[in-house]
Amino acid sequence: MSASNKVPTWEPPFSFTPENLAKAHKIIANYPVMRRASALMPLLELAQRQNDNWLPRSAMDFVADMIGVPRVQAYEVATFYTMYNKAPVGKNMVRVCTTTPCWLRGSDDIVATCKKKLGVDMGDITEDGQFSLHEVECSGACVNAPVVEINDDYYEDVTPEAMERIIDAFKRGEKPKAGSQIGRQGSCPEGGPTTLKAFTAPDQGGE
Amino acid sequence: MLRDEDRIFTNLYGFQDFRLAGARRRGDWDNTKDLIALGREKIIEIVKDSGLRGRGGAGFSTGMKWSFMPKNVTDKPVYLVVNADEGEPGTCKDRDILRHDPHKLLEGCLLAGVAIGASACYIYIRGEFYNEASAVQVAIDEAYAAGLLGKNACGSGYSYDIYIHRGAGAYICGEETALIESIEGKKGQPRNKPPFPAQAGLYSCPTTVNNVESIAVVPTILRRGAAWFSGIGRPKNAGTKLFCISGHVNKPCNVEEAMSIPLKELIEKHAGGVRGGWDNLLAVIPGGSSVPMMPKNVCDTVLMDFDALREVGSGLGTAAVIVMDKSTDVIKAIARLSSFYAHESCGQCTPCREGTGWLSRVMQRMVKGQASVDEIDMLYEVTKQIEGHTICALGDAAAWPVQGLIRHFRPEMEARILAYRNAAHRVAAE
Repeated sequence: MSASNKVPTWEPPFSFTPENLAKAHKIIANYPVMRRASALMPLLELAQRQNDNWLPRSAMDFVADMIGVPRVQAYEVATFYTMYNKAPVGKNMVRVCTTTPCWLRGSDDIVATCKKKLGVDMGDITEDGQFSLHEVECSGACVNAPVVEINDDYYEDVTPEAMERIIDAFKRGEKPKAGSQIGRQGSCPEGGPTTLKAFTAPDQGGE
Repeated sequence: MLRDEDRIFTNLYGFQDFRLAGARRRGDWDNTKDLIALGREKIIEIVKDSGLRGRGGAGFSTGMKWSFMPKNVTDKPVYLVVNADEGEPGTCKDRDILRHDPHKLLEGCLLAGVAIGASACYIYIRGEFYNEASAVQVAIDEAYAAGLLGKNACGSGYSYDIYIHRGAGAYICGEETALIESIEGKKGQPRNKPPFPAQAGLYSCPTTVNNVESIAVVPTILRRGAAWFSGIGRPKNAGTKLFCISGHVNKPCNVEEAMSIPLKELIEKHAGGVRGGWDNLLAVIPGGSSVPMMPKNVCDTVLMDFDALREVGSGLGTAAVIVMDKSTDVIKAIARLSSFYAHESCGQCTPCREGTGWLSRVMQRMVKGQASVDEIDMLYEVTKQIEGHTICALGDAAAWPVQGLIRHFRPEMEARILAYRNAAHRVAAE
């Protein structure tokens, strides 16, 4: 079981900040009036972001009550989807993809580097609370494998050396450049595209 | 090789501006009003004639799917839902459309909406694609500000709204009815069919669910005509297609190519060839993790389209080509997929919930060779007990990679078992 399933015994009370409350009402307006339950997932995410990236039961209750769905439905949803953290996580969530396309490109080495560098096992949080390490299923960026998701960003074409550099930068409180770590543009083949060469220059706008 | 002027996704790699100004320079939103004016029947007819088959994996005719939508619905709203829950291992094509060409998708959403008589569209984007969803939201806001969406979209008199709904890390929500459940604020567990979404989908209203790529190619098809699109690729396998080439190639990449391109040409021309040369190839999974693998001798000549791959016992799926060279522990590669499916099973149907876990555990032993030879047959038998016995196709998807492994690499599995047994005997003798 990963750390995100170890439910703590004490939970802080929860309510949205005024700023997030306004965001919540905007989210609810995206769905038909009689279908406010649809806002459950985005509101749980909003609550999670407000609460150091994890969802105490008090937050699930708050969201469920706000849109008028049974609380158990919020628990069901929060436990079904893997991106809701049911227990505290590190300030920086390091999620390493190990599914076959990433594994073929050396994700085992990335996992080993992360474990060594952070001194924790999969599912654990570092003692200073700065990092937690997680294994994830396919991240959906397979031609840029191996892929590591850190917070909201994808770090792609990661090597063990790049991984050390990235973690060091986060330790210094910086946010290293996301995307390909070998400097390629998106999913373009390394060394330049084989197609659409006329479209590789960034267009200048205006004719 | 497909000519550049026939490529639809000219900003696939994001060298250019993804925003409205850049999109307009690439030809998006150009006189969309006239395309809307074609009307429902005509749009469906053109898309049918173009031969476009769904790009999400099943390969069903997109125009045909739209024609199933009930006409003259007045008492209920009608919805278009776009499936951007991309997560099939090997697949990362929709991500490039979302982040680099979102306006192509939005224009497609509007035109597909007209074709099915929808008034609103939800784009379901997997939760991990935070930046991609942000790019789409920027594009939506721009389109509303420019009068391209909303009331009187593009000055056509048609009212149309597009919203984003983000997932939260469940592969199963790529199944269309699980996706609908998820938008409704529930666990993503597939529904029994019938009723099909065209009769009772989102909020029990008529709904069509289409893949991102299927929708994003529609505006270009309508502009250039059905004959242009159907003229690319073999009959019944028409059009251009985004291919994702990952694994043991020199230059993994996404590329838009003509359907029916030979696999070997695809890999050698765009992905820099197999690591160590073509003869170092062991096997290829040609359509995302859910389709069976093909050994090298099949790869030598096979064409990349729906029918050619089905003929060799595999499938085009999402056209995600996963390449494995001779250094690959092919049993371990498939075992990892088995654990993926065990992790992603929604738990609703017993054959899948129990079966995927069982497959995964046995496959872990197969990796070590800690099994007996008749367990290979039992493994095959269990995949047959899962396949076709579940509500959705995840059970089949879990079964097929294992079946492909046994079909093509049984000697390797037996050798592994023998090696493990011999090693155990040596230890015992010492």
